[in-house]
Amino acid sequence: MRHLMSPLDFTTDELDRLFDLANDIERNPAGYAHACDGKILATCFYEPSTRTRLSFESAMTRLGGRVMGFADAASSSAAKGESVSDTIRVISCYADICAMRHPKEGAPMVAAEKSRIPVINAGDGGHHHPTQTLTDLLTIRSLKGRLGGFTIGLCGDLKFGRTVHSLINALVRYENIRFIFISPEELRVPDYVTDMLKEKGIPYKEVIRLENVMPELDLLYMTRVQKERFFNEEDYVRLKDFYILNADRMSLAKEDMLVLHPLPRVNEISVEVDDDPRAVYFRQAQYGVYVRMALILTLLEIQVS
Amino acid sequence: MLNVGKIEEGFVLDHIKAGKSLDIYDHLQLDKLDCTVAIIKNARSNKMAKKDILKVECDIDMLDLDVLAFIDHNITVNVIKNGEIVEKKELTLPRQIRNVIHCHNPRCITSIEQELPHIFYLADAKKEIYRCRYCDEKYMPSAKWS
Repeated sequence: MRHLMSPLDFTTDELDRLFDLANDIERNPAGYAHACDGKILATCFYEPSTRTRLSFESAMTRLGGRVMGFADAASSSAAKGESVSDTIRVISCYADICAMRHPKEGAPMVAAEKSRIPVINAGDGGHHHPTQTLTDLLTIRSLKGRLGGFTIGLCGDLKFGRTVHSLINALVRYENIRFIFISPEELRVPDYVTDMLKEKGIPYKEVIRLENVMPELDLLYMTRVQKERFFNEEDYVRLKDFYILNADRMSLAKEDMLVLHPLPRVNEISVEVDDDPRAVYFRQAQYGVYVRMALILTLLEIQVS
Repeated sequence: MLNVGKIEEGFVLDHIKAGKSLDIYDHLQLDKLDCTVAIIKNARSNKMAKKDILKVECDIDMLDLDVLAFIDHNITVNVIKNGEIVEKKELTLPRQIRNVIHCHNPRCITSIEQELPHIFYLADAKKEIYRCRYCDEKYMPSAKWS
């Protein structure tokens, strides 16, 4: 029995198989509509996350399975003081697979250690959010046709953004990738990331202004710059507009560049960009469902002929 | 110069950093053993100028070498039988340690889940970096014990 705790739990070959399956589901959803008949997914969400939870629920429902669970800790036995270890032992009796989100880092791993069913980490604090990374990789592979051989710009909060760190760690396993980190000084990518890139000989550069590098990018991964991350409001006001993607900045980009965003978007991408064919963040959400469908099938060891 | 006599059977931990012998005494839980223990502090050393030494008269199997290696793998472990050194054990960093140190990350599940073991794995042997099994919080024993 396997679990998914970190984006690096799967080898690149295993990821290729997972993404092939997700693409097959995309092409032929009807062929998988009953693949999980009689199976139950438990969504154990100790903190609210509507998007991720609904993506899992959509995935299981589209596979013909059923879903049960809770959407926040207050409506779970955790409110009575039950441990994660005990909860998962009970959930193992009720469901066939579990997706768990928890504010404490490592909680899904504790669950996996005690579980009799596969556990998927659906986000553990600021630690991992592997299904978001799988979504990002599937989106890139599906729309670019490859995972490697491109320049990717990561823009916004690169210091605290866990999706950014996970994506970098996942992408360094592929060849010929060049990173451009676009952020204010206060939100630069941590040293351990740049140290790792130096050690592996992977090219990168750090810049402050987005428009300066737009023509170089094959992919642009946007994240939100949050006001509370700044030491003073003056700096925030001075810098925030550097990180808003609008039609003017898009005009500087390659014709086949793609814009990704883990969502939810606030104001870092102007709505005028939404109709640009290069803006793929809503398609990314769709790929999130396909990759979770493929993941559920893989962990339940269900093969569709 | 203070003289501490030879032991017949047991082990001598030599080249302990000066002042750290009591930490090692605690971590090896020598207080729980019913045997003779000599703690020598600030002994003169050609190699280290000053060093601590622990002499323990007990079965060598009772010593947790992993814990010792985690604390300081430069310590020399001399195994004594019939009053003579019969073996010098090399210490290597253990791949994993359990309940030796606690994870101090307040966001880690170990901070709220009762009776969960505190497990750290060796993430980078060259840099001597351990990480919490659950949250990946970094821990460098050399920084703590130096």
